[in-house]
Amino acid sequence: MGLFDKFFKEPSWGVHPDDHKRPAADVPLRILPPPAKVYMPLQQHVGGAARPIVLVGQKVLKGQLLAEASGNISAPIHAPVSGTVSAIGEITAPHASGLGFTAITIANDFADRWIESTPVADPFALTPEEITKLTAAAGIVGLGGATFPAAAKFALGRRLKVDTLIVNGGECEPYLSADDRIMRDRADQVVDGVRIVMRAIGATQALVGIEDNKPEAIAAMRVAAEPFPEVKIRPVPTRYPMGSDRQLIITLTGREVPADARAAEVGVLVHNVSTCAAVHQAVRFGRPLVERIVTINGGAVKNPGNIFAPIGTLVSELLDFCGLKEEPARIILGGPMMGTPLPHGLVPLVKGASGILALDAQEAHIPEAGPCIRCGNCTRACPMGLLPVEMGAHIRAGDLDGAAKFMLGDCMSCGCCAYVCPSHIPLVQYFNHAKGELWAKERGKLRNEATKRLVEARAVRLEREAKEKAEAAARRKAERAAAKAKAAAEAPAQTEGETA
Amino acid sequence: MLTAVGSLTMMGVALGGLLGVASRYLAVEGNPIEGEIKDLLPGSQCGQCGYVGCAQAAAALAKGEAPVTLCPPGGRALAQQLAAKLGIKADLSAMSDSGPQLAHVAEEICIGCCKCIKVCPTDAILGAAKQIHNVIREACTGCGACVDRCPTEAMTMMPMPITLQHWIWPKPMVSVAAVAA
Repeated sequence: MGLFDKFFKEPSWGVHPDDHKRPAADVPLRILPPPAKVYMPLQQHVGGAARPIVLVGQKVLKGQLLAEASGNISAPIHAPVSGTVSAIGEITAPHASGLGFTAITIANDFADRWIESTPVADPFALTPEEITKLTAAAGIVGLGGATFPAAAKFALGRRLKVDTLIVNGGECEPYLSADDRIMRDRADQVVDGVRIVMRAIGATQALVGIEDNKPEAIAAMRVAAEPFPEVKIRPVPTRYPMGSDRQLIITLTGREVPADARAAEVGVLVHNVSTCAAVHQAVRFGRPLVERIVTINGGAVKNPGNIFAPIGTLVSELLDFCGLKEEPARIILGGPMMGTPLPHGLVPLVKGASGILALDAQEAHIPEAGPCIRCGNCTRACPMGLLPVEMGAHIRAGDLDGAAKFMLGDCMSCGCCAYVCPSHIPLVQYFNHAKGELWAKERGKLRNEATKRLVEARAVRLEREAKEKAEAAARRKAERAAAKAKAAAEAPAQTEGETA
Repeated sequence: MLTAVGSLTMMGVALGGLLGVASRYLAVEGNPIEGEIKDLLPGSQCGQCGYVGCAQAAAALAKGEAPVTLCPPGGRALAQQLAAKLGIKADLSAMSDSGPQLAHVAEEICIGCCKCIKVCPTDAILGAAKQIHNVIREACTGCGACVDRCPTEAMTMMPMPITLQHWIWPKPMVSVAAVAA
């Protein structure tokens, strides 16, 4: 952050796209009528896929554990409706590839029976470890889109002695207003969640960063946070990608997170406002994460707005609920800048999905890419201070290692460079392609090392088996010899006895 | 003239002696590039390259006797790495790369004879006598040694399935306008 930025509030990085948030953000929250079937994927988070613990045909209650976490970084999955497990199998993933993944299908019995839970009267009497445990058991992950298990982050914050909790209410992606809505409608829940998270990580203050294009949310949060001086509401300039953790941290605290470090290493931890509200539900009422607010927006939607829906609902059902003006030219999960294009609407809503956009032909139009004119706009826009022009040129020429030397690894695929490019070069797709290829190469190396270990283990095993075999043979031989000797010793005695 | 011959001889003897000492005390055992190449190879000693094991293949590569495309389990990716290591340009166009492969057991044909288990270099096959065998995907290197040993042709090689974790964004198509520039 340069001297210029210290005196003039406007950051030098990023872009400012038309936000398209209204009128969807101003429509009151609607509740989706319960769907007949929900599809709960086992992998809705960063880390290991959850392990199913229910059987097909089993009756489950709303909030009942369907699959347990596996490994240190993982999250359990709970039933979003009460009903019967009708299948455990493959469905299309909300992913650009259109590949499948495993999900548990539940047929809704429309009884809406919750599993019994034990509410906690005073969560501030709990130890940080107990709060972490409750959060982990509720399957809470980062709801801003990163889907990192929240409990794992709490433990990290405690270990690295974090002093400040940054609450991300930036919501810088155009079209989206789910976080805006939760701050307007459930500000007291968010603030309570923030205080519980502070207790869990041992932070002494919480800074809630909200972009200044959400005045209603700022006002509601100010009222809710009034009795708690440690929770400070801090409006931040509207600038994409303000909702990215590194950008929000530097704007609110002036601390810069080094390229190879995590936020906790500079003493801060970032949690999304929706995640904090989910923590409130989990710790106060023992309710697992089974529902969320999702923005339905885009040119093809008749009644855009925010919907409170069970996780696992099909995207097509959500779109039908809001009505479609026309067949959408493209469906996107998440925001238009970093979201995932969906192959079709028959994919489930996942924990990290903050929005579903049905774009019309005009919005989805991709202009033909032209040659790079080396204007440098992308360099100015890049919030990480990288050189997208150089990285893109290297990747186009097939020199991925050359691109990596320009710190491709620091790129977060925010899309600012592609947004400002006057030649419409799909820079982010180049970067994503290169990151994938480089990661595949790295994985190949790891696989090679694992193979070597296996070969060595086999050699050791063969040697051990040969040794054991030889020992067993020697033992048998010795036993036979001993038996023979014994027989020989007994035989003369017998013959003697017979003769006597 | 004698001074010239004498001084040159002296220099020759002294420098020659120095070289002799250096070659004895500063000698490098083997070819160091051999070890580096051996580290690149899969190390499963499957023998598909025609050499006894990976160490022998590495030695041949270091001497330039073998082409960088010799290792079928390593595929095109390994050939590229080897070419970069040896500083040569390899013609990979002829190399048919079916991508990484995995062994697969057709469960209805497998008779549970355990023959494949014995030849697997990474112990990637699970099974017991008269039990259907199965391949542990994480451990299989795709060397194909088991395919030849299977008496019922239950063992086949299949391309490694693409999962969400393995999928890679395609490289954007370069338009005609961009090429012209």
